[in-house]
Amino acid sequence: MRITCPICGERDRREFYYVGDAVLLERPDPEAGEAAWDDYLHNRDNPAGDTRDLWSHEGGCGAWVVVTRNTVTHEVLATELASDVAADLREARP
Amino acid sequence: MRFSGLRVLKEGLTGNKGWGPHWRDPEPKAEYDAIVIGGGGHGLSTAYYLARNHGLTNVAVLEKGYLGGGNVGRNTTIVRANYFLPGNSEFYSHSLKLWEGLEEDLNYNVMHSQRGLINLFHSDGQRDAFARRGNAMINQGDDAILLDREGVRRYLPYLDFDNARFPIYGGLYHPRGGTARHDAVAWGYARGADRRGVDLIQNCEVTGIDIENGKVTGVQTTRGSIRARKVGIVVAGRSGQVAAMAGMRLPIESHVLQAFVTEGLKPVIDHVVSFGMGHFYISQSDKGGLVFGGDLDFYASYAQRGNLPMAEHVMEAGMTLMPMLGKAKVLRSWGGIMDMTPDGSPIIDRTGVEGLYLDCGWCYGGFKAVPASGWCMAHLMATDSPHEVAAGFRLDRFRSGIGLMDEEGTGAQHNLH
Repeated sequence: MRITCPICGERDRREFYYVGDAVLLERPDPEAGEAAWDDYLHNRDNPAGDTRDLWSHEGGCGAWVVVTRNTVTHEVLATELASDVAADLREARP
Repeated sequence: MRFSGLRVLKEGLTGNKGWGPHWRDPEPKAEYDAIVIGGGGHGLSTAYYLARNHGLTNVAVLEKGYLGGGNVGRNTTIVRANYFLPGNSEFYSHSLKLWEGLEEDLNYNVMHSQRGLINLFHSDGQRDAFARRGNAMINQGDDAILLDREGVRRYLPYLDFDNARFPIYGGLYHPRGGTARHDAVAWGYARGADRRGVDLIQNCEVTGIDIENGKVTGVQTTRGSIRARKVGIVVAGRSGQVAAMAGMRLPIESHVLQAFVTEGLKPVIDHVVSFGMGHFYISQSDKGGLVFGGDLDFYASYAQRGNLPMAEHVMEAGMTLMPMLGKAKVLRSWGGIMDMTPDGSPIIDRTGVEGLYLDCGWCYGGFKAVPASGWCMAHLMATDSPHEVAAGFRLDRFRSGIGLMDEEGTGAQHNLH
């Protein structure tokens, strides 16, 4: 599996550290309640198919990258900087 | 058909013409008292114990492929009871006791071999941790012997004891640990359940779960709808998808774990050996192949095959521990889908839907749990209350933070187990 870092280009998967589902970028409000925090920390859609997850380019530029990939074929479909995704999420928030 | 030495002899002398199928291939009925989704090790043992322990024989096991085609046929066959935490240790202790009587109970040769398991340690700190674990095992009523370096050398003379990075200080020896023939475990439970009247229905994929007024009423399948007031989801790596049919999201992420086997060799490794610092463990099958594996590939995957970096890592760890491995040729490798929970411990529990039960989250340790998991899941489905040795496997422990069972002490977080 090779992953395209938005900054460094296509690199070996071994340069990246997998953190988990990209839902991690959507941290709920501290007062959002037990159910919201349980969903954020533990519960997962866990799809067999396309998923979005968060990888760190720890063996390269250190950027956090949101990777859209297929969990059945291991095909990497798209990558974007997590900082851009997080900024979009902040803008979309009411 | 009962198996016995006499029967084998008789069949051998008469051309082996008397053997029949081990189980029926029934059409699904319109209604059952209970349905178990998933015809793997855990699902088949659940059905077996529903019939054996609770007299529930109007039961169906629904399997989307063939019996035992998933993780029960893909693991590295290790059986042990060396857990540390209360909640886990009594459960795996119970499981090992069931293993010890399994062949007589099932009248089936599962080739359970208590050849002993040795976990190696490489520092003073690790020795202390293993001594503590050994004491916990002894307190639980199981067996553990702390071996020093010479003690390990007596059993495993072929290891590299003076490795520069991980010199071997000793090992924790668990004599009752060992291996079993994994497919035979699935077949033995299947045959046992079938003989008690359970319908084993293959090529029958569940496509929906029927719920009315908060109660389960049946399932939709590729072979029609089937009614039941009790439904158990026992589908390992596919738990997330099946639970989604009931509107649930689970604290589970599915990962791929690889395993490897070499060509058949003469007996060379008598025990199960684990090299935790290198994420490597190995045993030798009765056919002679060296069966070994390592850690997860560490990203969400349903591929049933892994990537090359972990294959390379496992080979390197094996060569570090036992340089003689370099002479063996790897025959094949494969992967299984592990249902990973945040704390690394399983779930056997009710759900928010009445009559719908969940048995999942076995991470990479489900094989040894097959007997006790079925025993406890059957108890839960039959009585609607958790079995005492599985009382800690609650689904809500993640939300509440109460009763988390984190054997590795790394925190209840995905991707740390």
